[in-house]
Amino acid sequence: MTKRSARQALINAPYMLWAGIFIVVPLFIVMYYAFTDSTGAFSFANILALADYAEVFRVSIIFSVIATIITLLIGYPFAYCLTKLPVRAQRMQMMLVMLPMWMNLLIRTYSWMNILEKNGLINTVLSGLGLPTANMIGTPGAVILGMVYNYLPYMILPIYTTMAKIDPSLSEAAEDLGCNAWQKMRRLIVPMSIPGVVSGITMVFVPSISTFYISQKLGGGKILLIGDIIERQIQVSYNYNLGASLSFVLMVLILISMAIMNRFSNGEGEMVV
Amino acid sequence: MKKIICVILALALGITACLSMAGCSTNDTVENLEGEYTTEYAGTTLNVFNWALYISDGIEGSLDVNAAFEKLTGIDVNYSTYDSNEAMYGKMKSGAVAYDIVIPSDYMIQRMINEDMLREIDVTKLSNYHYIDDKYKGLYYDPDNKYSVAYNVGMVGLIYNTTLVEEAPTSWKVMWDERYTGNVLTFNNPRDAFAIAQFALNIDLNTTDIAEWNRAADYLKQQNKILQGRVMDEVFNKMESANAAIAPYYAGDFLSMQEENEDLAFVYPEEGTNIFVDAICIPENCQNYEAALMYINFLMEPEVALANAEYIYYASPNTAVVNNENYSLKDNEILYPEVEPKTQYFHDLPSDVRTHYENLWNEVILAD
Repeated sequence: MTKRSARQALINAPYMLWAGIFIVVPLFIVMYYAFTDSTGAFSFANILALADYAEVFRVSIIFSVIATIITLLIGYPFAYCLTKLPVRAQRMQMMLVMLPMWMNLLIRTYSWMNILEKNGLINTVLSGLGLPTANMIGTPGAVILGMVYNYLPYMILPIYTTMAKIDPSLSEAAEDLGCNAWQKMRRLIVPMSIPGVVSGITMVFVPSISTFYISQKLGGGKILLIGDIIERQIQVSYNYNLGASLSFVLMVLILISMAIMNRFSNGEGEMVV
Repeated sequence: MKKIICVILALALGITACLSMAGCSTNDTVENLEGEYTTEYAGTTLNVFNWALYISDGIEGSLDVNAAFEKLTGIDVNYSTYDSNEAMYGKMKSGAVAYDIVIPSDYMIQRMINEDMLREIDVTKLSNYHYIDDKYKGLYYDPDNKYSVAYNVGMVGLIYNTTLVEEAPTSWKVMWDERYTGNVLTFNNPRDAFAIAQFALNIDLNTTDIAEWNRAADYLKQQNKILQGRVMDEVFNKMESANAAIAPYYAGDFLSMQEENEDLAFVYPEEGTNIFVDAICIPENCQNYEAALMYINFLMEPEVALANAEYIYYASPNTAVVNNENYSLKDNEILYPEVEPKTQYFHDLPSDVRTHYENLWNEVILAD
C-alpha cells in the first residue's frame, strides 16, 4: 500500500511541480504586489483605492451575469437538441461549435466590428432592403454579444457531455411511468444535467467578468470593464500594485461565486430546481 | 489516381519553392554609403526595440533596412516591437530584457533620462549626424543632444470625411458639435484625449494644476453624447469605410487612409496641436554599444532614411531626405506644412498628476 502511494506520488510529482511553479507561486506574487506599494513596503493603499473602482466592478458583474444567462438560455436547449441527433450528426455539430475557436479571439472580435459597424454588414443589408439602420457598435449590447459569441462553446460543451451520459433507459422508464415530455424534462433531464450547467456557468462567467479586449473593440472605448482597468495598470500606468490588487479582488469574487455554484452541484442528480 | 495526387503534390511543391524564391529577392543592398561600416562586430547580436511598422521591411520591393545592416556588418539584428511608449517602458523597467537600441517619444525620453535608463551617445562618432535638421536637435527633453538622435516627427490633426461634414472644420471644438452626434471618434488613451480638450479650452498640455485637469475632464464628459467611440488603430478601418465623420489622428497615418478613401481631408486646428519626436536612444544596459552606434549611423544614411520615410509616411528630420528630389512626399503640405501650426510637446508629468488624470479618465468613460 505504501509502495503504491509512493509510486503515485512519483507519478504526480511533475504535475505538482508544474502547478507549484506556474500556478501557486504566481498567485503569491500577485498577493505580494497587491499588499505592497511601489517601494515594496507593506501597504493597504491599493486595497483602499479599490473603492474608486466600485462602479467598474458593478458594471463588469452585470455584464458577465447577463452574458452568462444568455449563453445558458441558448446553450442548454442547443445541447439538449444535440443529444437527440444521430451520433454522426452530433459529431459534426460539435465540430461546428468548436470551429470558430480555431481562429484567434482578436480576429473574431475584429470581424464582429466589421459586422456591427455603422456601415457594416448588417446595416448595409438593412439599408439595401430599405429598412432603417441600427446603431450597434459601441453599445453595451455589442459587448454582451461579443462575450456570448466567444464563450458559448464553453457553455454547450459541459452541458452536452453530462446530458449525453444520461442513460436512455431512464428516459424510457420515465415514459413508461406516465411522464409527459414536460415532466420528463423537469424531473429527469434538468436535475441530471445540473453538474454540466454548473461547470458551464463557471466556465462562461469567469472569462466574462475578466474580459478586456472585447469591451475595447466592440464597446468602441465607451465601456470600461475591470479587465480593461487591470490591463491599463500593467501596460500603461506601470502600476503593478494596483493592477495586482484589482486582480486579487477579482479572484476573490470568482472564488465566492464558484463556491456558491458548487453548493448547487453538491446534490448532483437529486437537486430539484 | 495515385499518380494524379503525386503530380498535384509535386506542382504544389514547385509553386511554394517559386514563391519562397521570390521572397528571397528582397532589396537588402544600400548602393551609396556615406558612413564607415566595419565587420569587426560580425557574429554579435544587436537587440533593437522599435514601434511596430516603424522601419522599412522590404515589403513591395522597398529596402529591408535590418537585412541590409546585417549583410553589411555581419551583425545579427534581433528586432522586436511595441505599440506604446508605456508598454516599452514597462518592459524595460521589468529588467527582464536588455536592448541595445530603443526608439521612444520625447516625453518618455525625458522620463528615461531622469531615471538613468539611457546611456550617452557620442554623436562625434556618428558621421551622418549632420543630416539631422537643427530644428530637431537640442529639444527640451535632451537639450545637449547627449541621449537621443531624432528618427521621426509627427503631428496630430483632425481627419474628416468631406461628404459627411457640412463645412470644413478649423477648430477642435467641432468634436463637440451636436450636428455630428454619433459621428465623432477620439483617442482611446487619456493623454491624447485630454490634449484635445486642453487645446480647446486653451489649457497648457503639461499643466500640473489639478483644477485645470478637472476642468478638461468636465469638458470631455460633455463630449460623451457626441462620441461614436474611442479608438486607436481601429481608426483606419472606421475612417476609410466612412463609419465616422471626424477623428483626430497622426498626419502620416492620414496619408495612408487617404489612399484608401479620397473623401478624407485633414486640418491642423487653429488652437494648436500636439507635436512629437521619436528618437533613437541607447539603453543603459546596452550590451553592444559600438554596434548600436553603427546602427544609428546607418539609420541616418540618406538612402536608408529615405526608404524609411517612404515606408513610415511620417515627417523625416533628415535633411538628406527632405531635400531629395526623388522623395515622393517632398514638400507634402500635410507632413511639411509651409505655415507651421502652433504646436506643443508632451512633457513627462509627475506621477501624482498622472494618477489623477488616469482616474479622471475612468470617470469620463463611466459618465458615458
